[in-house]
Amino acid sequence: MARIGVFVCHCGTNIAGTVDVTKVVEVIKKLPMVVLATDSKYTCSEPGQASIREAIIENNLNRVVIASCSPRMHEATFRRTVASTGLNPYLLEIANIREQCSWVHSDDKEVATAKAIEIIKMAVSKVIRHEPLFPTQVEITKRALIIGGGITGIQAALDIANAGYEVVVVEREPSIGGRMSQLDKTFPTLDCSACILTPKMVDLGQHPKIKLMTYAEVKKVKGFVGNFEAEILQKARKVDHLKCTGCGTCWQKCPQKILSQFDLGLGKRTAIYIPFAQAVPPKPVIDVSICRYIKYLNWVATGQEGKKPPECRICEKLCPTGAITWDQEEELITEKFGAVVVATGYQTYDHSHYQEYGGGAYPDVISGLQLERLMSASGPTGGEVIRPSDGAHPKTVAFVCCVGSRDQQKGRPYCSKVCCMYTAKHAIMLREHDPEIQCYIFYIDVRTGGKDFEEFYLRAIDEAGVIYIKGRPSKIYRDGKKLKILGEDALIGRPVEIAADLVVLATGMEPSIGADELARILNASYDTYNFMVEAHPKLRPVETQTDGVFVAGACVGPRDIPECVAHGGAAAAKVSALFSQDTLTTDPLIAVVNQARCIGCLLCVAICPFKAISYEVTRDKRLIAVVNESLCKGCGLCMASCRPKAVDLRGFTNQQILDEVNSLWL
Amino acid sequence: MKKSRYAYYPGCTLKTSAKEYDISARLVCKALGIELEELKDWTCCGAASAHSIDQLLGIALPALELQAAAKLELPLVAACALCFSRLKFAAHELKEEKVRNLIGEVMGKEISQDHHYEVVHLLQLLDENTDKMKIEKPLHGLKVACYYGCLLVRPKEVTNFDDVENPQTMDRIIQVLGAENVGWDFKTECCGGSHMLVRPDIVVKLSHRLLAQAQQAGADCLAVACPVCHSNLDSMQKTIAAKYKDNIHLPVFYFTQLAGLALGLPPKQLLLDKHFIDPLPLLMNKGLM
Amino acid sequence: MALDYEPKIVGFLCNWCSYAGADLAGTSRTTYPANVRIIRVPCSGRVDPLFVVKAFQLGADGVLISGCHVGDCHYNEGNFHTRRRFVLLRPFLDYLGTEKERFRLEWVSASEGKKFSQLVSEFTETLKRIGPRKT
Repeated sequence: MARIGVFVCHCGTNIAGTVDVTKVVEVIKKLPMVVLATDSKYTCSEPGQASIREAIIENNLNRVVIASCSPRMHEATFRRTVASTGLNPYLLEIANIREQCSWVHSDDKEVATAKAIEIIKMAVSKVIRHEPLFPTQVEITKRALIIGGGITGIQAALDIANAGYEVVVVEREPSIGGRMSQLDKTFPTLDCSACILTPKMVDLGQHPKIKLMTYAEVKKVKGFVGNFEAEILQKARKVDHLKCTGCGTCWQKCPQKILSQFDLGLGKRTAIYIPFAQAVPPKPVIDVSICRYIKYLNWVATGQEGKKPPECRICEKLCPTGAITWDQEEELITEKFGAVVVATGYQTYDHSHYQEYGGGAYPDVISGLQLERLMSASGPTGGEVIRPSDGAHPKTVAFVCCVGSRDQQKGRPYCSKVCCMYTAKHAIMLREHDPEIQCYIFYIDVRTGGKDFEEFYLRAIDEAGVIYIKGRPSKIYRDGKKLKILGEDALIGRPVEIAADLVVLATGMEPSIGADELARILNASYDTYNFMVEAHPKLRPVETQTDGVFVAGACVGPRDIPECVAHGGAAAAKVSALFSQDTLTTDPLIAVVNQARCIGCLLCVAICPFKAISYEVTRDKRLIAVVNESLCKGCGLCMASCRPKAVDLRGFTNQQILDEVNSLWL
Repeated sequence: MKKSRYAYYPGCTLKTSAKEYDISARLVCKALGIELEELKDWTCCGAASAHSIDQLLGIALPALELQAAAKLELPLVAACALCFSRLKFAAHELKEEKVRNLIGEVMGKEISQDHHYEVVHLLQLLDENTDKMKIEKPLHGLKVACYYGCLLVRPKEVTNFDDVENPQTMDRIIQVLGAENVGWDFKTECCGGSHMLVRPDIVVKLSHRLLAQAQQAGADCLAVACPVCHSNLDSMQKTIAAKYKDNIHLPVFYFTQLAGLALGLPPKQLLLDKHFIDPLPLLMNKGLM
Repeated sequence: MALDYEPKIVGFLCNWCSYAGADLAGTSRTTYPANVRIIRVPCSGRVDPLFVVKAFQLGADGVLISGCHVGDCHYNEGNFHTRRRFVLLRPFLDYLGTEKERFRLEWVSASEGKKFSQLVSEFTETLKRIGPRKT
């Protein structure tokens, strides 16, 4: 016989301001099996929880209903409260009378009160059928998988490894380093980006607890928190890294060149290459799409049609250790992990979508990141800022902010956060390169919300003589050797025309290609722009709704380097906390098969998305379905398709849902 | 979507100062087997002043033409970009019930809600029928700057005509004719439009920029699809060149005249001698005549 | 149609997307009519057609099922099953004489608080318009 206690929360005025809590308590008191109905101002507070504990013990309650905010807020908290009295924590039900009642019906108190009563009635009818549930313990594989080897992934990896756990870092490029390796200097300190990054890269490469897999991609992830199994595709480098010493002879002599992705098309690289000088690992890969010998091998394999490609093999001939391995194939490697951290970072917006700015066809209209490559001493021009079209030194440089950001028309309404700062940085650095350069920055607003950021921006104006013009340019066109920018100065209300030698577009941040596919592989949420979605935007910035999958850095949203480093550390802390336990407690809200009712049709086996149901033969020779408790996620798909209604979902049983429907005003 | 009969709305300029556009358009359509049925009793589309003075008048005037075409159960084609713009605006506005009721009152009869008015520009018509073109005299060696003007592409939701920044409809036609398109950045920038009547200084400034850019891009000539653009760029060219002391000399063709030439029609028939900037020396130079 | 007719809507919302979306509607203080009673399920795929029929049997004027957008189901495939199942249920509901406007299958994500609010308002409007159940 159920003895139910109902606790109605005021939540200050959040609930009580709209719902007549006293009336609610009056009505609920009279329901059958409700032994106690009471209210309190802030049920989740210490005194609030204490009063619940007392009430449970004093009244010998064996079921609890708390009418308060959404269960997604405090169900876990209240379960602990109930558990502390010795009562099973799964004998609790939360009635959501805030987010789904008082907050949305603030215009009609009577109606809100009536609805609150209904909602509590539903919860009461459901809680009667709750049974005590006991979570099981599972082992945890104390290995972390970090996807993405940029600064965020590197930081997370180092922190987890230093906490004593094993880490595997998977990076799809031939080297770790991410976007930071492409930058010249970082704001607001103007630290050399490579100088602060490379020591961390080297640390990672040498750390005894970190296994680095570059030129690899995660293809599949199965399992659940503490027990993931990942399939990683190691792409074929065609170079044996165990033999290779990184001497560099091969890439110096390779005759096949292509525009370099690292230099964003401003320079060239060879077919066998390392992306940049400080690459980790400092050993090359062969780009099989352009390698001459690979082309030759394909030509032979496909029947020798057409012109015969050269049988190059120069790298192989020159390699002192014989590291070139033409028959190396790609490999699918399966590894076990306890946690996954997604740190796949960003790419910059492709400004060729802006036809009004030349559609990517003007060589002297470049992106901010391309300017970084020009300014970088290890870049395609050795650090000389010259016009890509004719190599001349620009004297007038115009910047356009918010290209691919704050632009509804281009489907990118959000602000990319870092561009105001990096544009100011570019202008300051150009003045350092050449005191005669005059910079103009077209802006909408200047956003300098970080430490020392405002002072940095003022430096651009005071020291570097930058002229800021408030107005988004409508057009950039070519006029002889110059580029003309048609804009407006909104502060004086006049159109403005600037003739520049070089135009730099401050392109926005968007998630790296394949971010959405990876999110689907991990069963994590992503938004319209493919940014990963955090479990809670304010309070849980590095977790996702999927236990064991964490997110960090720019793949979650536009942010700068210090934030990314902090993020990586935060994710590492979460992972370390997870691994610090000996076992993991699983959620007992899972499906259970009533063996007597099961007719062995096995429809549920096919339907289960997690392959958590298998079958066995009973002693009386019947075929029945059996649920694997650690794999079951409690989605309930099996139940809706079970013909004899043999499988039921604890916490959301068929009878419970029908009772909820029954209890309504129907 | 290919049709061979269209209701044709020439508009006032095509019957007067832009006769060569009307005549060349008809000749080319005839050669392609497309029937243009000129609307009987058509009136002003209101492009010059009506829509800036009275919104209702600005919609009611073109609405008349839309109704006339609807009665013939034919899609409506316009050659002038201004007429095209007003007709498109009317078709767009008539989607609203309030507007339909108001216009219905003005016209004295109810306008049905279900009717979808189809309005195209002559460029779209020719672009759809390039496969029917039998090119007798390809315009090899002629470098053309295709100038669309601003009204064809904007506002995007109303005209729904090609890409706003870099349209290709005319470019495609020019290519089929055997000529070469120069890449230039001013395809859809304003020429000054009807301002030539009250503020010729604006037209001189804007049209000069267009001509200078076309010249810089290496064009031998411009191709246009609007009589007002043609007037500004052609008849004002001498004034512009004098004011800016620029050595600009760019004949301005209607794209239909170029089409006619390529299809083998005699230049005299296409009224090529009616322009201010004589295109005949250029054509002879290139061996196209 | 009585002026004080208030349609009764039963809503089955999936925990991960739609229930969170409904919570967001509350957090953002949107307002919508109080005609819906929300039942939380782990996945829209959990909803047995039996529940829908039962709800109508007991007197509901409208039934709503809302889940994650297709492709984004927290359990990967749940909403595909929901979709298929209810394609099959619809003709059955028709056969029972239940007007097609009374049953809705929607996809509301956790970030679509406003959409949920608009959905409830719209559904209530429609049900008010077509009046109480005759069968």
